[in-house]
Amino acid sequence: MAMLHLVNKSPYDACNLNTASTIMKDGDQLLLIEDGVYGAMKNSKAASLLTGLKVAVLGPDLAARGITEDKLLEGIDVIDYGGFVDLVVANDKVQSWL
Amino acid sequence: MSETKKFMYVNRKAPYGTIYAWESLEVVLIGAAFEQDVSLAFLDDGVFQLTKGQNTAGIGMKNFSPTYAALGDYEVNKIYVDRDSLEERGLTLDDLQHLVWEDEDEDYAEKDSIRLVTRAEMADVLAEQDVLFNF
Repeated sequence: MAMLHLVNKSPYDACNLNTASTIMKDGDQLLLIEDGVYGAMKNSKAASLLTGLKVAVLGPDLAARGITEDKLLEGIDVIDYGGFVDLVVANDKVQSWL
Repeated sequence: MSETKKFMYVNRKAPYGTIYAWESLEVVLIGAAFEQDVSLAFLDDGVFQLTKGQNTAGIGMKNFSPTYAALGDYEVNKIYVDRDSLEERGLTLDDLQHLVWEDEDEDYAEKDSIRLVTRAEMADVLAEQDVLFNF
């Protein structure tokens, strides 16, 4: 019973990513959208939160914020809106950390 | 006859996720039009406002980042960026727009607007202002 976790807040502005990343179970998927995409940046204070997790980020939200893929942590999937829908379908439930 | 005051706009929010960054720019430009002595501070998530290469085509929002490059023409040329905020977010000065202004007194020489400062230096800059606006 895999769950898709959505985080849309910056990890420096809210504790959402901290809570989501510590509550996720094996097989769960994290998707970072809107200001949540800042959580995927390497050499950052928040980077350690994502260790060992299955993580995707929404490409259009990265581009809007001027974050290129070379600034991201290793092993993160960059997806588009179609990929977002695919993740919703592939998981049993969606948990939106608002 | 009104006296010129030192206006500081403190920017601490990322762009696009909320409306704060855009609203701040609007108010900064209004303040500059009234010929006040305007400074901008970027700290915490506010440093994300200045990243270069922003492209909002995919999210259906206005890309207001080119406006920062126009600030120099409004004599807004004191832009203080908090070094610690940049570093903890995995950013360097190279990731930000290169903002410049032209110095009339030196034959329109192009000068950098961004000043990278320590937290202590930021505290000194804040302390010398007359009015603080927070966004």
